[in-house]
Amino acid sequence: MIRNSLVPAPLAQLPWLIILTIVGITGFGLAVLYSAAGGSLQPWALGQGLRFFAFLAGAVALSRLKEAQIKAAVVPAYVILVVALVFTELIGKVAGGGQRWLNLGIIRLQPSELMKPLIVLTLARFYDMLPAGEIRRWNAIWPALALIGVPAALILVQPDLGTATMVVAGGITVMFLAGLPLRLFIGGALSVLPIGAGAWSMMHAYQRNRVLIFLDPESDPLGKGYHISQSKIAIGSGGLFGKGFLQGTQSHLDYLPEGHTDFVFATMAEEWGLVGGVLLICAFLIVIWWGLGVAMRAETRFGKLAAAGLSTTIFFYVAVNLMMVMGLAPVVGIPLPLVSYGGSAVMTVLIILGLLMAIDRGQRGSHTSFG
Amino acid sequence: MRFGRRKRPPRLVTEAHQSFSFTRRTLALGAIQGGVGLMLAGRMAWLTIVENDRYAALAESNRARSTMIPPRRGWMVDRIGKPIAVNRSDFRVDLIPDLLENKDAEIALLEQILGLSPDDVQQLRDNLVKAAGFQPVQVIEDLDYERFAAINLRLPDLPGVVPARGFSRLYPAGAAVAHLVGYVGSASVDDYKRDKNPLLITPGFKIGKQGLEKTFDLYMRGSPGAKRAEVTARGKLVRELTTQPESPGKTLQLTIDAGLQEYVAERMGDQSGSGVVIDCSNGDILAMVSMPAYDPNSFSRGITHDEWDMLAADDHLPLVNKALQGLYPAGSTVKPMNALALLEAGISPDDHVLCTGTYKVGNSAFHCYKHSGHGSVDMHRAIQQSCDIYFYTMARRIGTTRIAAMAKRLGLGDKFPLPVSSQRFGTVPDPAWKMKRYHKDWTVSDTLNSAIGQGYTLVNPLQIAVMAARIASGRALVPRLVHRKHDQPAEPLGIDPAHLRLIHEAMGAVVGPGGTAGGARIQLPGIDMGGKTGSAQVHHISEADRRAGRTSGTTGEWKLRDHGLFIAFAPVEQPRYAAGFIMEHAGHGTFAAGVARDAFTFLYDKQRALDTLAKMQPGWGGDIATRMKGERAAWAAAQAKAATPDTTTDEGDVSAQENAATPPPVAAATAAAPPVESAENGQAPANGAID
Repeated sequence: MIRNSLVPAPLAQLPWLIILTIVGITGFGLAVLYSAAGGSLQPWALGQGLRFFAFLAGAVALSRLKEAQIKAAVVPAYVILVVALVFTELIGKVAGGGQRWLNLGIIRLQPSELMKPLIVLTLARFYDMLPAGEIRRWNAIWPALALIGVPAALILVQPDLGTATMVVAGGITVMFLAGLPLRLFIGGALSVLPIGAGAWSMMHAYQRNRVLIFLDPESDPLGKGYHISQSKIAIGSGGLFGKGFLQGTQSHLDYLPEGHTDFVFATMAEEWGLVGGVLLICAFLIVIWWGLGVAMRAETRFGKLAAAGLSTTIFFYVAVNLMMVMGLAPVVGIPLPLVSYGGSAVMTVLIILGLLMAIDRGQRGSHTSFG
Repeated sequence: MRFGRRKRPPRLVTEAHQSFSFTRRTLALGAIQGGVGLMLAGRMAWLTIVENDRYAALAESNRARSTMIPPRRGWMVDRIGKPIAVNRSDFRVDLIPDLLENKDAEIALLEQILGLSPDDVQQLRDNLVKAAGFQPVQVIEDLDYERFAAINLRLPDLPGVVPARGFSRLYPAGAAVAHLVGYVGSASVDDYKRDKNPLLITPGFKIGKQGLEKTFDLYMRGSPGAKRAEVTARGKLVRELTTQPESPGKTLQLTIDAGLQEYVAERMGDQSGSGVVIDCSNGDILAMVSMPAYDPNSFSRGITHDEWDMLAADDHLPLVNKALQGLYPAGSTVKPMNALALLEAGISPDDHVLCTGTYKVGNSAFHCYKHSGHGSVDMHRAIQQSCDIYFYTMARRIGTTRIAAMAKRLGLGDKFPLPVSSQRFGTVPDPAWKMKRYHKDWTVSDTLNSAIGQGYTLVNPLQIAVMAARIASGRALVPRLVHRKHDQPAEPLGIDPAHLRLIHEAMGAVVGPGGTAGGARIQLPGIDMGGKTGSAQVHHISEADRRAGRTSGTTGEWKLRDHGLFIAFAPVEQPRYAAGFIMEHAGHGTFAAGVARDAFTFLYDKQRALDTLAKMQPGWGGDIATRMKGERAAWAAAQAKAATPDTTTDEGDVSAQENAATPPPVAAATAAAPPVESAENGQAPANGAID
């Protein structure tokens, strides 16, 4: 925190360490996009940079919101977004084929993307309203499951397995933090195994094939496993310090598919090596752990649950993407926030950042009335 | 928190309690997140450190594509280094399938510029389907400079088309060396299945398909170079990387005297025949000729179906290497050898036999070729005038096994350690062999037939040349084709030098006044040739033939005439060279003796031999190249005439043309098969007394 009379108080109150970390991650990402374009700002790095600063300004604006204002907006926003998801689905049906975008004339909105932070806020709001004594009862479970299930199902039929999974994961995280009995989660985790076995027995041959290719991508290096194989080659060939900026061959010779979007981490790792990768992971952990710190410092139940859930949403982005590019998870189409080219993920992460800053500010505001 | 106890009512949870629980769970969540971060860093370290080598290699193999540069094939040179098979630089055009932008348009343009035939285009399309990728596919080779230049001008319109300079095999002597060296050709599907070497499918690379080219293929192959290029995933060339040059194959030096080889081939004229000339000091084969022959240059380019048909239809068998694969009755050429057996068995050379022209065994009569008889003959005159009755009488006296033993010592029935794919080694008959082969007892007539080289006796031209060389030198010479700098003299055969001298003198008399080859004297002072004529009956003269006026095998239908044989060595006093020639259906050994005489003359006085040849060539229609050109033109004219009324045959030829590259295996099959007529006749015992 900067304590300087020359700097206006609202500016000085911003968590500059985190903003600088975010800017640092993005700057590194822009360098990678610059390289992925063969050493050019076009077509990716410039647009991505401009969008980032626009959304960053939006995040700072969001940080001015009071917690009460956020709480008040949650339920209407949830309803609107579910309706938007239904509309998206209907338009998709008419247009024929999968549909994720809702064209609002001025902007093309991806409602499912916004659902990632909103499900966290919605459940935080729900458990905020739920009396403490009810937390170990059925009443604490079924509304939450319904709130998660409806949008998750709508997203799943788009079909967008990655986003649906993240919505479910975000929701369950809030349920966990809200204090639901631990045995529910342990039992749920344990039941995954028999369910998985059951699902395997019911799968079609081609579906099993997909699972097998995920488990051993080299078995089909030119087909479904191509992305993962080439991604692992890019990362593995980078070595400890990488091949050097603009020296990546996998990305520059187009062997690495989606090298500027979902597989941008592989593009980065090829040129910056293990050092670049560890730096990036650490930077994300700093942001996530700062968010958890905000949660623990927060005084309201809504603030606690929302902050921890939103931080964990960022964590899910990063973890699923990295597991995917390193061959530990199937290719589900989750971008690496702030680094992958594309506006939606940047917008979501900066909304989360804005909300975290707002919660942080509210908590500080109530304590340091003199600040 | 204890969750296990079901009986207890749900615990009362207060807000303070909830806040405490939240902090614990948030810390746990943070720890899990840190753990996942650590796990991801660990996974990345595994990929980048432990598996770095593997992935670096994979990335490199993605990045750089290698193209093989076929090595230049090693030369074949003769004993003094004169080239027999060399490489000629030529122009070629290849296609790289991955780099084609508009396949059909480009092929159409190539077709127009290069003047490709519809067959060529079809072949190219078929190959493109099979070889999609970065591996070049041949469009055309052996291209003339004008069209090569035209392609270079249009290159901007032809992405993926690669004009290049290549090498093709050139045999300066053409057909004269065909059966000796064989030819090269593109690897067939079977070749590639046997040896999965990617070099085999590199455009412009040829492997040995026949003869020495095949036997010494790996020796002359060399090792390929590699051109590396950085390419994108879509195959677009980014830049050239390092190029590793090819290293050419080794030169193979033969024992052949290229000049003599060519001379003998020319000297055989329009006849069908073969012969071998051997250096008596070490067994070096100076010439091994089988004529007529195909042109190995056109075989190496990929022979057309038409040319193939023409060669296959020729009754002079240009596709068969008669020097090694032709089997013929040895005829009277065995007489000097048999005389050696007689001498060793204790027969005095002065013993006389009365030749009345007929020799009776029970009820059958065996004749001397000279029906009026030679009168009283000793060994010298029996060889000089080729008296059959003398050898009938003497062979019965010592028995056939001693004659067969001498034949084997002199190399008949033997397979020599030569670098050739096949030799037919014939038969030296004796009672044990007949029992094994036919389950029949040896008869007196078998003995008589063997005594004059008829009956079951079968030899190839190389064997009679070796026989001549062994008689001339008295040593167990082993013929060889590959030149060696140092060698040990061959072991003596253990034949009494006095015996050899007697036989040499008698063979010298054959090529002298009163001898059967009296006209074949070498017209050089001090160089006398010793020899022995022979003829091998092809068709038994039947009563019907006699009634038709055909009383001997020297006249009448060509295919039914006797084969003419001649073995020779020179000089008589101190033998230096030996030779054996068999001219198919020549009637008698005279022509073969003439070839031997001129071959030896060539070795001593080139110009004189060439002058002799120049006088004869006009009678045959010119030299080999001129005659072959004429034959091709005549064949084409005949084909065109036959094809005009019926266009559907052309359709049939289209599919046949696709196999244009495959005739070589067929050639091998044909070449391995015996010249049919000689084998059949050889197996049938002939009673007729000849020459």
